[in-house]
Amino acid sequence: MNPIIKEIQSELSPITANADFKSGDTVAVSYRIKEGEKERIQIFQGVVIQRNGSGSSETFTVRKMSNGIGVERIFPIASPMIAEIKVNKRGVVRRAKIYYQRNLTGKAARIKEKVFVKKK
Amino acid sequence: MSGLIGKKVGMTSIFNEDGKNIPCTIIEAGANVITQVKTEEKDGYFALQLGYGDKKEKNTTKPLVGHFKKAGVTPKRRVVEFRDFDSTQDYKVGSSIDLSLFEEGEFVDVVGTSKGKGFQGVVKRHGFAGVGQATHGQHNRLRAPGSIGAASYPARVFKGMKMAGQMGNERVKVQNLRVIKIIADKDLILVKGAIPGATGSYVLIEK
Repeated sequence: MNPIIKEIQSELSPITANADFKSGDTVAVSYRIKEGEKERIQIFQGVVIQRNGSGSSETFTVRKMSNGIGVERIFPIASPMIAEIKVNKRGVVRRAKIYYQRNLTGKAARIKEKVFVKKK
Repeated sequence: MSGLIGKKVGMTSIFNEDGKNIPCTIIEAGANVITQVKTEEKDGYFALQLGYGDKKEKNTTKPLVGHFKKAGVTPKRRVVEFRDFDSTQDYKVGSSIDLSLFEEGEFVDVVGTSKGKGFQGVVKRHGFAGVGQATHGQHNRLRAPGSIGAASYPARVFKGMKMAGQMGNERVKVQNLRVIKIIADKDLILVKGAIPGATGSYVLIEK
């Protein structure tokens, strides 16, 4: 990427939220919603199924099941409307884009959790 | 038009106050040197000739070397005349005009040379749909232009008929682009949306 573009991106649209997660992880995204004058925070929790792009223009997709219906939402990672990204679970998946999750439901859709072993 | 010469850096997107993602193009436009001032008395009209982008003297033609020497500046890659600068002001040859010409929030036009696509058929160049089907015995007409007119009357093809030919590599102006941001210390200006040409090509920013 052009160094000038990189510099402008880091200056004008810096990534403020916690960007340390990858596909397979379960995250809760707190998203600011403006209703006229008022502002409130909505939490969207689900599994990250992809991260797309690089730098400030990167986006990530979160998928969740809502009343049996799959809902996916794409967030720009540098969006100032994101108040917080909380990583609830680290998943073990073998690929960067886990689109196969869309075809799975119920027990089959479970993702194994990463187990951290403490060093003695 | 008063304006500046700049260089396209590339595109990015930034977020505005409402949290909306705005696509914008970065243009680098440092100090444009005045290489000549045309006056009413001498040339019949008022204009400023601006130069931007350095080039080596050995790559410059002798007449141009003389022209730049007269202005007391190094040879410039792009030299353009702008006719709508304020003629009551006193402009000095050799001095320069910078991005303070523009303000954030105002609208500008950007002129560039579009990317060349070579000799293209009507489907790509004019958005024709092509002719007929691909199967059922159809043969070699898939991307053809179809009829280009009637026969014995008018017995000719009308001027301006859309046909295959050179596409791109022509002067294109995009009007009314909002100036999103001006970063004066880095000589950068951000305008909303796309502008013609490849990265690194020279463009005119007109006011």
